[in-house]
Amino acid sequence: MSQAATEIVRISGHAGSVPGAGLNREYQVCKLVDTTTCIGCKACEVACLEWNGYPFTETTFDNSYQTMPETAWNYWNLIKFNEHEREDGTPMLLMRKDQCMHCEDPGCLVACPADGAIVQYANGIVDFQEANCIGCGYCMTGCPFNIPKFSPKARKVFKCTLCNDRVSQGLEPACIKACPTGCLHFGTKDDMKELAERRAVQLRSVSGFRDAGVYDPSGVGGTHVIYVLHDAKHPELYGGLPSDPQIPPTVQLWKRPLRWLGNLGILAGVFGVFIHYLRFGPKVVKDDDGERKNSGGTQ
Amino acid sequence: MNRDPYLLPNGRVLRYSFHERLIHWMAGISYVYLLLTGLAFWTPWLYWIAAVLGGGTVSRELHPWIGLVFTLAVCFMYSMWGRQMGETPADKGWWAAIGYYIRNQDEKVPSADRFNPGQKLLFWGFFWNGILLLISGLVLWFPQYIPWNLHIVRQIAAFVHAVCFLLTVALFIIHVYMGTAMERGAFGSVIRGDVSQAWANQHHHTWYQQLLRDSAAKR
Repeated sequence: MSQAATEIVRISGHAGSVPGAGLNREYQVCKLVDTTTCIGCKACEVACLEWNGYPFTETTFDNSYQTMPETAWNYWNLIKFNEHEREDGTPMLLMRKDQCMHCEDPGCLVACPADGAIVQYANGIVDFQEANCIGCGYCMTGCPFNIPKFSPKARKVFKCTLCNDRVSQGLEPACIKACPTGCLHFGTKDDMKELAERRAVQLRSVSGFRDAGVYDPSGVGGTHVIYVLHDAKHPELYGGLPSDPQIPPTVQLWKRPLRWLGNLGILAGVFGVFIHYLRFGPKVVKDDDGERKNSGGTQ
Repeated sequence: MNRDPYLLPNGRVLRYSFHERLIHWMAGISYVYLLLTGLAFWTPWLYWIAAVLGGGTVSRELHPWIGLVFTLAVCFMYSMWGRQMGETPADKGWWAAIGYYIRNQDEKVPSADRFNPGQKLLFWGFFWNGILLLISGLVLWFPQYIPWNLHIVRQIAAFVHAVCFLLTVALFIIHVYMGTAMERGAFGSVIRGDVSQAWANQHHHTWYQQLLRDSAAKR
């Protein structure tokens, strides 16, 4: 957060401790979504649109309560609904607020070729800088969560900012502020993790959800949006949440070993032909009449 | 019209017709644009190239269109050179003598037809990589239309595009070096179309001898 810049660490000629030291003990922010207390009211969807200034668009009715099949370039926050039947036959309506997960190791950022189009802040927020975006869509290929969306009109890609503009001013994200049940929480990563784990224990021991747990996938280094799920063993049930999200292997290969290998190869190639010329020179044509005659053109 | 189309009256030999030269440069110029913008997207160290060529957005918008121009040129090349680029039994001997060719000891290298096996490799390398670049490029052009349950297609396309790009760069470096610095006269042949008789006789002996025989037969 921006306060970090003005927090004093050391003071010259000062007796005693640094005032305010350790006040900001943790800069990593986190959103906690407790799917077990979500009622699917979509207040977060509306708040997101309002804060970010997007108009209400047409919804897609698909025999469910879900607003549309997936998030859109101008619809960053979507509750995914799934009618699920438990083993004992009890019906459940699983609801999960889908948005950017703000990965610690963001696939979008790794895949992006444009200087400064995607930044990761010290507090964990991964933000698109549309001014620098060239609209190539590589971020869409790098993301394991299907979040970045291309705007045909702007020809750039957009996604949830975790309300970076609010968070940097000490406010909670708009979705959190709108939630009426308290299923959405916002705070430091440590606090949210602890709260989530406490809730999971409660679900396991009191509510009878033996597989309840916290979703904070390690494949992308953890995320700055975490979920409490009734059934953490099957995250796919919650609107296709991947069980082991990773930066796609081809993207990792391409951006890491292949890029080094390729750069070395290109340099070696250019250098190689130069060395060849120094060593062997041009092919000399024997008995050539040397100078080119006035050819007078060809057809 | 008793004039031989290949043996020019000024004592030189026509190597590439106007049509061939035009297609060659259609491919060459479009490839260089694709290469430069591609390099800009390939590594942050070269992203400045995109700025020079009108900015990242312009480069991203134009790259696929110029890719279509390149594809068209490759198609023309296939129809005009595809047959002559076919492998012949003599090619094996040429490859076996590649060491001599590299060391400029051309007298120890089996004589070449209109295109030597190295040129054939260049042609087919660009042809097949061109096809793969086109297919993967179409996916990268419109990633938003590839549904999420097929996102593996996007991931593979991005990788294939990068690998094929590197392979063409290898071919391109060798091609440009040989066409300008190493084989004197080659660059002129693809600009004005003609080469000296000695050049034709040394570099493409089989082809030149056939031209002479054809010309004699016609007379």
